[in-house]
Amino acid sequence: MKARELSQLLQEPACAHNDKAKSGCSRPKPGASAGGCAFDGAQISLLPIADVAHVVHGPIACAGSSWDNRGARSSGPALYRIGMTTDLNEHDVIMGRGEKRLFHAIKEAIDRYSPAAVFVYNTCVPALIGDDLDAVCKAAAEHWGVPAIPVDAAGFYGTKNLGNRIAGETMVKHVIGTREPDPPSVAMHEEARRRGIERIHDVNLIAEYNIAGEFWHVAPLLDELGLRVLCTLSGDARFREVQTMHRAEVNMMVCSKAMLNVARKLEERYGTPWFEGSFYGISDTSQALRDFARHLDDPALTACTEALIAREEARVRALLEPWRPRLSGKRVLVYTGGVKSWSVVSALQDLGMKVVATGTKKSTEEDKARIRELMGADAKMLQSESARELLHAVREYEADILIAGGRNLYTALKARLPFLDINQEREFGYAGYQGMLELVRQLALTLESPVWELARQPAPWAGARATAPATEDAPLETDDESEAMDPTPVLGIPEEA
Amino acid sequence: MAVVTKRSKALAVNPLKTSAPMGAALAFLGVNRAMPMLHGSQGCTAFAKVFFVRHFREPIPLQTSAMDQVSTIMSADENVIEGLATLCAKSKPALIGVPTTGLSETQGTDVRRVVKAFRAQHPEFAHIPVVPVNTPDYCGSLETGYAAAVHAMIDVVVPPEHAAPGRAEQRINVLAGSSLTPGDLEHVKELIEAFGLQPVVFPDLADSLDGHLTEEDFSALTIGGTEVADLRTLGKAVATLVIGRSLNAAADLLRARTGVPDHRFDHLMGLQAVDEFIHVLARISGQPVPRRIERQRAQLQDALVDTHFALGFARVAVAAEPELLLALVDTVHASGAEIVAAVATVAAQHLSELPVAEVKIGDLEDLELAARANGAAIVIGNSHAADTSARLGVPLLRAGFPQYDLVGGYQKLWVGYRGTRQTLFDLANLLLLQAHHGIRPYRSFLSVKEGAAAVAAAAAAPEAASPEVAANVH
Repeated sequence: MKARELSQLLQEPACAHNDKAKSGCSRPKPGASAGGCAFDGAQISLLPIADVAHVVHGPIACAGSSWDNRGARSSGPALYRIGMTTDLNEHDVIMGRGEKRLFHAIKEAIDRYSPAAVFVYNTCVPALIGDDLDAVCKAAAEHWGVPAIPVDAAGFYGTKNLGNRIAGETMVKHVIGTREPDPPSVAMHEEARRRGIERIHDVNLIAEYNIAGEFWHVAPLLDELGLRVLCTLSGDARFREVQTMHRAEVNMMVCSKAMLNVARKLEERYGTPWFEGSFYGISDTSQALRDFARHLDDPALTACTEALIAREEARVRALLEPWRPRLSGKRVLVYTGGVKSWSVVSALQDLGMKVVATGTKKSTEEDKARIRELMGADAKMLQSESARELLHAVREYEADILIAGGRNLYTALKARLPFLDINQEREFGYAGYQGMLELVRQLALTLESPVWELARQPAPWAGARATAPATEDAPLETDDESEAMDPTPVLGIPEEA
Repeated sequence: MAVVTKRSKALAVNPLKTSAPMGAALAFLGVNRAMPMLHGSQGCTAFAKVFFVRHFREPIPLQTSAMDQVSTIMSADENVIEGLATLCAKSKPALIGVPTTGLSETQGTDVRRVVKAFRAQHPEFAHIPVVPVNTPDYCGSLETGYAAAVHAMIDVVVPPEHAAPGRAEQRINVLAGSSLTPGDLEHVKELIEAFGLQPVVFPDLADSLDGHLTEEDFSALTIGGTEVADLRTLGKAVATLVIGRSLNAAADLLRARTGVPDHRFDHLMGLQAVDEFIHVLARISGQPVPRRIERQRAQLQDALVDTHFALGFARVAVAAEPELLLALVDTVHASGAEIVAAVATVAAQHLSELPVAEVKIGDLEDLELAARANGAAIVIGNSHAADTSARLGVPLLRAGFPQYDLVGGYQKLWVGYRGTRQTLFDLANLLLLQAHHGIRPYRSFLSVKEGAAAVAAAAAAPEAASPEVAANVH
């Protein structure tokens, strides 16, 4: 990828990060970084497209250690779950046989798995030795008659976040707009009329990954409103759906800044309006549905939407009632990136839980404003990503539970802390009204578990030298020594409070 | 606190219970060069033998008084005397156990009197202890029969305190309950030895039925177990550790007989129970707890925490003998899982104290019905529960007697920090490997996705038919 293209992606104008001096995505800091690379980000963004052969062009490290580790689910094809890589060896690298191998790899993927398209992910080694991904993909597509899409996001290009954007950019450049959506069939219209839907509207969801199938909690709601999802980028998506994304009347950015460039470019090129929203929590789910109605400006839809919201909120609140006394008043520290930092907060507050602090490492100024709106002006925001600081914060704010990504899971467990995994590897879906029921169950499961008391219990013979492991001076194991020694953690200080 | 529901139906379906004489026989099999002789018909012994052979995958020494129609009506006393004399003369055992059966008890035998008669008629075998024990098939279960035999052996073999004064500083008696496997007992011995103590385990199934090849190609008697000589000197120990709630009566007798103080443990599963056990060893020995054991404790704590996501709120059904049930329920409960069905073979005092809503005294049909009604996600029970769990569509963790459809069940370690950890892992893995019922795929009626036909076909077929649905969970 050209330097100019990269720098354009880094300066995503729609991203609120750019309002600050440190524009674009922050540069990873040697010795004190955590999180994935651009390849990782690109793969995450596109892998859920279910009928595509995802071929990782590189040595085994890239695909070998990353395939089959995400929770995105498909309602149909399982091709996306098959790990494919060119597995470059020494000869390929030294003799420059990478391109040739890739060309044949694409053919084998097509012959053996009949994919709707082949996505070829670049990685560091072929990017360095100069394999021409674009040319190989072009030749392969011409030869074998199946679209071959180069996703040029080698790891060293930047962070995972950048990879997300490159992935989005690739879709805009190579896929979106290459096919017109089928008009709703006669049968569909009839069914819609039967359901009392006056008009079918076409919409897209961007950066919704259908983790653990959670979007299936939301999809029936959209059906009820007559909102036809042309494409979810990329949860349970098909290649042919991505092709038609340019025809939506409105785009919703779900829970992520990462593919903001897709929404912006679709607005630039096709005039599609977009909004940001989340399906986590009762209030946010309702808000997202209202935003659809508002943008589509259809009075019948608005009436339907309000009726649905009233009915679903009443239903779910009644079902949540028995859980409320078990969770209410519990103190939560939310440590997730970006939009999730506030979307999850509102879901927890819906349950009567007290969010004592939230991580804002990846949040924008806008996100932070939302947090202050939700949690009050003295909202505690954690900037640091060091495990040690995180645990200090948990103790300082007397949190009962930590909600974070899987990367922090074992940090929490080693510190004998109840934990809820909120990131992509998780096995449970929390989206929509229905997802709240799963969320409360998982929260209660870990909070009420008897194992914490056992794990904190000193041995009976320990006597005077017993130190409860959860105390402040107890040795803490971190995944990464450098994290514990990070000299510049900034903690708990709202920047403009 | 549990409601204990007594058996209320006439028909036992898929029985859980094993009879008391078999438990008694098992206890005798834990004594070296011993021979149990069931006082009953040949069939009593034959069935028991097959049962243990399949479980332990070992030849099992087990004899019979071989009651026939004549002796059943006219008196079978001679059968016992003749049988004992034959065994003594032929096999020269170190100890003979004589559990009664349903047949001999119904007949009205007085097995103690018969053994006295044998003593009078055969003074030449006076050196061989013969231990009669009343174990009618229609009372109790394997666990109670085992406990009764342990009690009877103490009664017959262990001399009163004044007979052998003095204490051996390092010696520890271990009275081992029937819920302990040979693998468990090996670990218990290691733990005790780690404190510089010398355990005498009684009965010692770890020495007799641990599954080991011997120099001799055949032995009519047990090829290991507690030495009778050691039984005679149980009074020399500094302490007795009683492992197993079912051995209380036997422990009372041993303490009364020898004056050796005892420490009693309901079981050795779970952090709390093992903590107590290790603490007692540290106090008796005056030694610090070895680092190796401290590490095992920390490993268990880590396992508790790591498995709690899988085990929390997991719905578990358990069927077992009361002592094992107590141990398993404690372990499962401490992991955050819920016991939604509990079935015991026979009544026991502690069952009402279990942290479950109801304990049924019953069979595997009771377990199946309760497990289905309460939505159990996993079953813990013996090999007979394999069909039960298959019908329920949930995995089975095999525990208790018999385990005939896998190898090495007898050797599995359940106790101690290590055993508890393995149990947690096993339970969690069985649950994780079971394709759990995630969110059902939903397809919009407005959907233009390709492969809609494939989805329709998958929806018509059982869920597992779709490779994606089956595979997408992890």
